[in-house]
Amino acid sequence: MSAPAREPKPRVAVVTFPGSNDDGDAVLALAGLGAEPVPVWHAERELPDVQAVVLPGGFSYGDYLRAGALARLAPVMDSVRALATDGRLVLGVCNGFQILCEAGLLPGALRANHSLSFVCRDVEARVERADTPFTRRCRQGQSLRIPVKHGEGCFFADAELLADLEASSRVVLRYEGESPNGSVAGIAGIANADGNVMGLMPHPEHAVDPLVGSTDGAFILGSLVDAARESLAEPAAV
Amino acid sequence: MLVRPKPGILDPQGEAVLGSLRQLGFAVDDARVGRVVDLELGNGDREHVRAELERMCERLLANPLIESYEIEFVEEA
Repeated sequence: MSAPAREPKPRVAVVTFPGSNDDGDAVLALAGLGAEPVPVWHAERELPDVQAVVLPGGFSYGDYLRAGALARLAPVMDSVRALATDGRLVLGVCNGFQILCEAGLLPGALRANHSLSFVCRDVEARVERADTPFTRRCRQGQSLRIPVKHGEGCFFADAELLADLEASSRVVLRYEGESPNGSVAGIAGIANADGNVMGLMPHPEHAVDPLVGSTDGAFILGSLVDAARESLAEPAAV
Repeated sequence: MLVRPKPGILDPQGEAVLGSLRQLGFAVDDARVGRVVDLELGNGDREHVRAELERMCERLLANPLIESYEIEFVEEA
C-alpha cells in the first residue's frame, strides 16, 4: 500500500467539523496511500496550500436540522467552495457528501434511509465512471466492496435532476443489488458537472487495510492521491 | 414555521407513524411528519417579516428540493 519512494506527496486537507468522526481514518488512509494529509479545523477561514480536500464522515453539528445543513455554513466552507471553483479536487464521504449537497456543490439531497434504520455493513458498489479523478484506478463496471454506515443516506433527486444526472453520466457509483437506503436509481456516489467534486455514502477510508476486510477503498482514495499528485506537476490554474 | 416533506416525496417517518396508528386501531388515511421551528421576532412590518421568514426557510430551515414550508404568525398575548 505504500507509495513508491521519491514520488512527490500531494497535500490533501481533511476537514474536521464538530462531530466528524472519520477524519482520523481518512488521514491514516491518505497517508498510507502516499499523500500528505493536512488536518484542518472547520473554524479556519483559509485552507492551507493543498491539492485536494476531503470532507470526512461523521455527525457534524449532531445532524441538527438536516444532516450537513449547519456544517455548510462553517467558516472553512467558503475556502472549500473557492478551491472547488478553481478546479481542484473535493471528495465528500457520507456526512461530507451530505454537506456538499447542502452547500450546493453537488445536486440532490440525502434523506433518512427508507428503513428508518441506521445501516452499517459492507455493500457492493459498481463503478459507473472509471474516468473521474476519484475512480481512475478502477475498471469501468468494477464492483467495490466498501462499508456504509449511515442513517440518512437515501439520495434523492427529482425526475428532472435524475434524468440530467444520468444523461450527463454523473452517477459515479451505484449500489449493486438492493440499495441499503432506498436511494433513487441505487445511487451511491455522484460527481459535479466539472468532475472535480464527488460525494459518496460508502466509506473508502474504512477499506484500505486487509486487517479489516476489503481494501477496495484504496481504489477511490488512491485515485484521488494520483490525481492530486499529477496536479502538483501542473502550473497552478488560475 | 412548519416544514414537511413535499407532496409526492416518500416520507418513511410518516409511513411508520401511519402504520403504528393503524395498529392502535385508529382509522387514519395518511400521515406526514415534519418539524416546527418557533422563532421570536420583535414587532415589525408584517410583510417585511414574512419576506425575511421566507428567506430563512429557503436558505436554511427547509431544503426546497425535498421540503415545503408554511409560515404561521402567533401574536404574543
